[in-house]
Amino acid sequence: MSGETATECRMETGKDGINVSETKIMLGNAAIARGAFEAGVKLSAAYPGTPSTEISENLVQYKESLYCEWSPNEKVAAEVAIGASISGVRAMCCMKHVGVNVASDPLYTVSYTGVGGGLVLVAADDPGLYSSQNEQDTRCVARAAQVPVLEPSDSQEAKDFMKLAFELSEKYDTPMILRSTTRLSHSQSPVTLEEPVVIEAKTYERNPAKFVMMPGMAKGRHIFVEKRMNQMAEDASAMPINRAEYRDKSIGFVTSGIAYQYVREACPEASILKLGLVHPLPRKLIEEFASRVDRLIIFEELEPVMEEQIKSWGITCEGKDLFTRQGEYSANMLRKAVLHQEVRIDEAAEVPARPPILCPGCPHRSVFSVLKKLGIHAAGDIGCYTLGAVAPLNVIDTTICMGASISTLHGMEKARGRDYIRNWVAVIGDSTFMHTGVNSLMNMSYNQSCGTVIIMDNSTTGMTGHQDHAATGKTLQGDIVPAIDIVKLCKAMNIEHVVTVNAFDISELEKTLKEELNRDALSVIITQAPCALLKGLVFPDVCVTIPEKCKKCGACLKPGCPALTKNQDGTVSIDATMCNGCGLCLQLCHFDALELRKK
Amino acid sequence: MTKNIMIVGVGGQGTLLTSRILGGIINASGYQVKLSEVHGMAQRGGSVVTFVRYGEEVAEPIVEEGQADVLIAFERLEALRYAHFLKKDGVIVVNDQRIDPITVVTGAAEYPEGILEKLKKDHKIYSVNAQQKAEELGNSKVFNIIVLGLAAKHMDFAKEEWLKVIEETVPSKTIEINQKAFLAGYELA
Repeated sequence: MSGETATECRMETGKDGINVSETKIMLGNAAIARGAFEAGVKLSAAYPGTPSTEISENLVQYKESLYCEWSPNEKVAAEVAIGASISGVRAMCCMKHVGVNVASDPLYTVSYTGVGGGLVLVAADDPGLYSSQNEQDTRCVARAAQVPVLEPSDSQEAKDFMKLAFELSEKYDTPMILRSTTRLSHSQSPVTLEEPVVIEAKTYERNPAKFVMMPGMAKGRHIFVEKRMNQMAEDASAMPINRAEYRDKSIGFVTSGIAYQYVREACPEASILKLGLVHPLPRKLIEEFASRVDRLIIFEELEPVMEEQIKSWGITCEGKDLFTRQGEYSANMLRKAVLHQEVRIDEAAEVPARPPILCPGCPHRSVFSVLKKLGIHAAGDIGCYTLGAVAPLNVIDTTICMGASISTLHGMEKARGRDYIRNWVAVIGDSTFMHTGVNSLMNMSYNQSCGTVIIMDNSTTGMTGHQDHAATGKTLQGDIVPAIDIVKLCKAMNIEHVVTVNAFDISELEKTLKEELNRDALSVIITQAPCALLKGLVFPDVCVTIPEKCKKCGACLKPGCPALTKNQDGTVSIDATMCNGCGLCLQLCHFDALELRKK
Repeated sequence: MTKNIMIVGVGGQGTLLTSRILGGIINASGYQVKLSEVHGMAQRGGSVVTFVRYGEEVAEPIVEEGQADVLIAFERLEALRYAHFLKKDGVIVVNDQRIDPITVVTGAAEYPEGILEKLKKDHKIYSVNAQQKAEELGNSKVFNIIVLGLAAKHMDFAKEEWLKVIEETVPSKTIEINQKAFLAGYELA
């Protein structure tokens, strides 16, 4: 788990010697959590997703003063936070950018109802696609939903803006979005800590005109939303977080978030209009800034959200004509495109790529090796197992979004018939299944699909760093609870054929797969074995090679376990420090040239 | 003057712990510091990079191509991959270890020969077989701290300060072995 650093220093701030505040180097996400704590948040709900996960993992340390949970998905998380807000306390939900899509149903309407206690949705975008399936810009969703957005540019601002977000939420009766990006969430910089504020819960008063969004009431609230956004846009020009920094006026940048840091780095002499509130935009302030600089450049990662609005006001500016909509920005980008500086860079050496891979002892590798052997195509899903799409496994053919494996398989079957998917399966992890896979499986059952779904149950949310979920039996706050039984859940959906198999027993898995794929019915195979990185797991054995028996056939190397290396003479070595003794290579060897030994 | 340091390696080699120790010592020294890390999918055995920047005032948290003063590499191939991030007079501190990427394991690519010799042509290089040293110390996991110890000679902090920050950063059970590992690297330089 990536939390705060343990290092800190104490800094005297008050002359009376009483006010001693503490400065810590904090991860952006840890600072967001700290800001929530200092703002007096009472509830946080989230589903893990890079780069947002560490917010919740850091919130747990404040569990004496707030409640936090992993919800099954972002829609549920948002609704949990909305309920807490209606009950009169400050509440939040956290998610990655694509999670906002899942939460967008409640988001669009809570924009109408407004809040009770302050309500903040933290959305972490991923320019550069470090760990995501797309590069969407949350500001576009926020504009469509008419929800204001704050965007911090370092850890200190992440904490400060979080507190401000709750104040603005209550002042303007609106949910707020705090937008982060991977670079902000996963960077560390100094933060000065403060004491949390004490906020009394509001007294509940029934107010259906505000909180029951049926047509008659929603019409009235839509008028309120327009007024609110106009008022905020007007007030925004006087908000201190929107700040004009006048220096040399030959170039003026309008920028926000981490992009501000790149401008400061590359063009320290340039004037900057730094926006903390990026929706709605402070028109008056922007018009004034534009009139005082010779050349106006909008520097924003991803979509031209600010640029298009500024241009619509008749202001001449540059933006996406200079910079891309893709990936992360940098200072070098400005040096080249704006300053026309020669950036001296040695050519990068041509080296073999090192893409992420499944770990030694990963149960997914074992399942995929069987699918590959049988020539089966897989409709895939979101998780570590998406790596089954690439060499050497090459078994996953599709990946769209959370839960889509099961529904896309169903679509194929309904469009093309049972035989079309005779050599297809859907593969989905346990956490993703609990997220939205459940709905898709329910649909297969209801609409009488014939097909095979593999739930790869590794007892955790693996890729984001081992978070619990409803089927693991533990909560974010560390409470031990009854785990939801995936077998019973499938059975409750009228699925007759539900089989559990040890993920590492490849002969049993092969047999089961053949049986289920031949069946003209819906079936679920649950492959079970914990993620090799799960805390507390002990691996007593290690695989070793017996070189004299090795026929150099390379069968053991096929699934691409990183603990195995082919020697120059064609035999195989196993790195004992990496091997977890899963035994997959042993099962693949036809010559008994591998065996398990006690560590 | 801002100092730019990069820590590169293979996901799982402990770049995050190393950067935290580094961040800790810089913060304690009163400089402004910013770090940038990689979490999530790339950590699964992929190529990972951490940026550490410090000075009077630091704006961006990343080190860009052509700007690194020190490149700390936990694996040879990763040193080569990121060498173009170095300034002209930048220094490489490298753990002389080979970890085959999946592209090499499957035969799609070959692991380059003579990496250190290649890098020596244009850069100052300090290398150590930290894996072996760590095993000699009795804990193969602390190889990254040995490399950090070797790299510490190229930064402006006293030995005692390093040892103190290590004490404050690593789990209490492992303080002694980590300090030993640090000194083993530090004394090589």
